[in-house]
Amino acid sequence: MPRLDNSIFKRRLEALRKGWYKFSKNPVSVVGLFFVLAVSFLAAFAPYIAPYPSHAGRFVNFAEASQPPSLRHICGTDVFGRDVLSRTFFGFRYSLMMGIVVLALVVPVGVILGLIAGYYRGTWIDTVIMRITDVFLAVPPLILALAVCSVLTPSVFHAMMAVSLMWWPWYTRLVYGLASSLRNEFFVQAAEVTGASKPHILFREILPNCVSSIFTKMSLDMGWVILIGSSLSFVGLGAQPPTPDLGTMVADGAKYLPDQWWIAIFPALAIMITVLGFNLLGDGFRDLFALEEI
Amino acid sequence: MSILRFLAKRLALSIFVLFGLSLLIFTISRVLPGDPVRMALGPRAPEWAVENMRAQMHLDKPLYAQYYYWLTAALHGDLGQSLFTRRPVMEDIKEFLPATCELALFAGIIMAIFGILLGAVSGRYSNTWIDNSVRVFSYIGVVTPSFVFAILFLLLFGYILRWFPTTGRLTAGIARPPVITGMVTLDALITGHFGALGNALWHMVLPAVSLALGGMAQEARITRSTISDNLRKDYIASAKGFGVPERLVTLKYLLKPSLIPTVSILGLDFASLLGNAFLVELIFNWPGFSRYGINAMLRKDLNAVAAVVMVLGVVFILVNILVDLIVAWLDPRIRLGAERGK
Amino acid sequence: MPAPLLKIEDLHVEFKVYEGVLRVLNGVQLIVNPGERVGLVGEAGCGKTTTMKCILQILPSPPSRTTEGRIFFNERDIRQMKAHEIQDVRGKGISMIFQDPTAALNPVFSIGDQLTTVIRCNSRTTLSKKGIHQRAITALREVQLPDPNRIFDGYPIQLSGGMRQRVCIAMALATEPELLIADEPTTSLDVTIQDQILRLLNELVDEHGTSVIFITHSLGVVREMADRVYVMYAGCIVEGAEKSELFSDPLHPYTRGLMSAVPKLTGGGIAEGIPGRIPDYLDPPSGCRFHPRCPYATEECKAERPELTRIRGSHEVACFAVERGEINAQ
Repeated sequence: MPRLDNSIFKRRLEALRKGWYKFSKNPVSVVGLFFVLAVSFLAAFAPYIAPYPSHAGRFVNFAEASQPPSLRHICGTDVFGRDVLSRTFFGFRYSLMMGIVVLALVVPVGVILGLIAGYYRGTWIDTVIMRITDVFLAVPPLILALAVCSVLTPSVFHAMMAVSLMWWPWYTRLVYGLASSLRNEFFVQAAEVTGASKPHILFREILPNCVSSIFTKMSLDMGWVILIGSSLSFVGLGAQPPTPDLGTMVADGAKYLPDQWWIAIFPALAIMITVLGFNLLGDGFRDLFALEEI
Repeated sequence: MSILRFLAKRLALSIFVLFGLSLLIFTISRVLPGDPVRMALGPRAPEWAVENMRAQMHLDKPLYAQYYYWLTAALHGDLGQSLFTRRPVMEDIKEFLPATCELALFAGIIMAIFGILLGAVSGRYSNTWIDNSVRVFSYIGVVTPSFVFAILFLLLFGYILRWFPTTGRLTAGIARPPVITGMVTLDALITGHFGALGNALWHMVLPAVSLALGGMAQEARITRSTISDNLRKDYIASAKGFGVPERLVTLKYLLKPSLIPTVSILGLDFASLLGNAFLVELIFNWPGFSRYGINAMLRKDLNAVAAVVMVLGVVFILVNILVDLIVAWLDPRIRLGAERGK
Repeated sequence: MPAPLLKIEDLHVEFKVYEGVLRVLNGVQLIVNPGERVGLVGEAGCGKTTTMKCILQILPSPPSRTTEGRIFFNERDIRQMKAHEIQDVRGKGISMIFQDPTAALNPVFSIGDQLTTVIRCNSRTTLSKKGIHQRAITALREVQLPDPNRIFDGYPIQLSGGMRQRVCIAMALATEPELLIADEPTTSLDVTIQDQILRLLNELVDEHGTSVIFITHSLGVVREMADRVYVMYAGCIVEGAEKSELFSDPLHPYTRGLMSAVPKLTGGGIAEGIPGRIPDYLDPPSGCRFHPRCPYATEECKAERPELTRIRGSHEVACFAVERGEINAQ
């Protein structure tokens, strides 16, 4: 029935427009969105925007080493003579990539497990899934991620894998709570009575009602994952030099404090702005969807 | 009575979780690539020495047998030898754990007290300049990695202003009080070495504050939002309407219910505090368990890594049980719900 | 005639919310004489509770703001009082029973703790710990709660809705107030319990000789509980009269609509009701706030707000149509 589809489409568009209106009225979320977009833009076009794109990698120019901020190098240069601003732009790439890859791996796994466990609440399926989740949640995520990284050769890729391995249980727990209360709702019971398949109930009835919570958590988690990723590379268990990762840059720069403060401070500020952006955005979503916890 | 049952149930679950954790950490440390013995002995060690050590550590047996040996030994308090310090891991833990406990405890107390205080004031006087500054502080606290705080404090208060020491637990030349608990401050307090107590506290300020700030900001945010929500609740209006003085309403009727969500997330915040201790101890050269742990990780000292994770698992579980008990004490809805066998 | 116990004049209250300013109370005016039982009737959201909370100065502020008006209690304006004087009015002077006892009781303190605090804060003499405890138990017994000692140690979640409301009544009366405000005390309860609670309240008020403002949206309840009745619509008092007169001779079009909305056993068919709904406080209708729903509305009604005017005896009404003589008293 094309006419019906059309009206649904129109209604969705209308809802989206209203949502955007409410969202745009909240200064917090607009500032957050601005930071996120700015960082994404700098990351995406780093090779074209950065004043010295070649400085991102293995580049050495001792003639210009450790120069303080100037018009030529707005954020100064590091001990190898590399432009800190250019490296920071490329650093955004690694931070965002970290967040995106981890969430892309973690969210589907965590959400599906949470849906299943929540729907089958009280059965052995629930017990098995949720007890495994408990085990992963029993140790602070940073420590487990550090432990996993320690047995692998340190690299950006391995850091992503380690963080992903530790992060899915948070989504399982979130969706479990939502799904186990949603399954008692009338619309789910109605679907059951009409003989809808299990996948239909899980993905078409329950999941759509969890989306706003998942989405909000994802936005906040982008920030946390980036923080954890930078912590891993800070201790040397994540990205390795000369990768322009923000955490690695802070660690390298920290050796030259306080005299050459710019080497560490600018990447540190870059981390903070990225995390702040996602946090404000997440808070904006939380207000928008009127969610209590997360 | 019900509290005891609740406690027993939590402990039983914790034992299961620890068992699962041991399996997880064992898998991580054995299945993943790399030859720990070769790493420990160095590339030039003869093959027979490597074989010997491998046999000694049961690394030549199948995995399930390895796990069995490892677990039974661990249950007897033998966590194996550190491949790096060449000492039993248990001894290392005994030596390094108190310093971390001391630091984490101190930081945890700062985090909880100041977080709740800031949040309460900000929520009570919402939308004033106090509230706005607390909110800005909270955002800064939440988004700044603790290692950045640590570096900045080290730089500013340690090197530039020279207000606080930059490394270690005591100034050289100050006698360490006799070891009772291993925590210098507590030992000094017990034995009455007040000079050492002051000096130890002075050393702890910078690392503890860098550790506490993130969680403090988080706590302040939660407390603020609960307080400003609860201010509009009918039970506050009704208590005031019955002629209960404002001050009493705020300190009693408003504060207690508002503490519940804050205390509930204290456990999580303490967890990230423990995680961040790995970085902060490294930066301040704090001779603690986390610095030991991170060094073990950097050197692939697998026995030590496994032990460190297990110990932190135990600590974290105990902290969470404590948090649950406090929440149950604060909130009769939970306490009485448990009584009804829910 | 003795001075009124409570007299509200031209009270305006607004709420600042995200979307703008809600102009909720728009010149409320009412009087309670000593020993009188006054009913206040109106639809949900017409500002009854807001008016009462404003009397006690317990509206959360922000977001609320009282922009204008005087509230005289024993001939003194509460809005001009200092904090400690307001403190004396609350409890001992006026106390209030809330609509939802579950929300009005603090969930994390025991009943005994909350009740003794109220007694301690309001006793005119200093009482011993034991004395306070005894007064609390007596108060619980007075509202006919079974096993007061057990309830004293219990928490709100352990009680049923009806029992919670009895606890609230006990607290409200334990302060020995001159004026009791009962804000829809039965709305959130089961129908079978409602009647018990109303009867209990009636008995207790008789015993204590307390003046009462009884708020409800049910005309049946008001008939049972009040001597004199005010009708409220969208933040204004539109009509006030002795109970018998109001029921026999309602004047304001809104009151008339309200009366015809009550299904009668004798009448045939469905009640007429009032077309339309309560207005948006963000952008309330100009002039008389009832004009968009009123069959008698004229340009005058749209332009100006009618004042509450005395028609005869204590019968007051705020309506231009009545002033013009389009609606006549019988």
